[in-house]
Amino acid sequence: MTATARYQATIEADPTVPVIRITRDFDATPAQLLRAHTDPVLFARWVGPDGMNTRIIDWDATDGGRWRYVASRDGEDYGFRGCFHEVSEARIVQTFTYEGMPEGVSLETLTFEDLGDGRTRLHAQSLVDSFEGRDAWLASGMETGVNEGYAKLDALVGEL
Amino acid sequence: MEEAQISKVFAALADPTRRDIVARLAVGDATVSDLAEPYDISVQAVSKHIRVLADAGLVTQHREAQRRPCHLEAEVFDLMTRWIERYRRQAQARYERLDAVLADLQADENAEMTVPSQGEAS
Repeated sequence: MTATARYQATIEADPTVPVIRITRDFDATPAQLLRAHTDPVLFARWVGPDGMNTRIIDWDATDGGRWRYVASRDGEDYGFRGCFHEVSEARIVQTFTYEGMPEGVSLETLTFEDLGDGRTRLHAQSLVDSFEGRDAWLASGMETGVNEGYAKLDALVGEL
Repeated sequence: MEEAQISKVFAALADPTRRDIVARLAVGDATVSDLAEPYDISVQAVSKHIRVLADAGLVTQHREAQRRPCHLEAEVFDLMTRWIERYRRQAQARYERLDAVLADLQADENAEMTVPSQGEAS
């Protein structure tokens, strides 16, 4: 990992609905970013978190295809699964579930905005099913849930 | 900050009326009846909201002559900001790993592009 990254992730949320948006720029084309999200070998290399080993179990990155991967650390397995609803040049729409909390399903929309000059802005939007669901994510300490929590706080602080 | 407490804070802030109350208390202390004024709800209902906020550690009430003004505990937000920043950094770390993968991808693509042109040259 580089000492100082050129681009920082930002997180924002709509204060009235449980929607969270993470935005991050990349020195890559939309096609390269799409490939890094749909090629299972590439995806497993970065999805993380650090110190986690990711094994792809199912992976069909096409409209209606399904995915499942297991992240392991210290002998503990954490399973994640969902369906690819749409995989196209401009965006990926998919569901996301942590198997430890199967009642919580979020809808993820990843949009690749071409900035030109080989740069792309990634918009990653998560729609969780309820504020209660988000709190459950928070309590679990899982990464997705807490990003959502962060977004919530950002929105609130913005209102103050 | 305990995770149970964090969860309470987020649950408390999930309600739009309570977010409004917090926004008003950020400006200055106010009594329950002050807070009830702009809403079409009873003082009792506002009291209930205040209890939820107090239970989450966001608001305290102290006696001051005949009044019991509500006070926003701003340091709870500082704690939450720090706690949540940890996770923003996780998202950032994930995308820095993606940066590295993309750099490799570009190097591979460039290599693929140069091979045929070398072939043509020879």
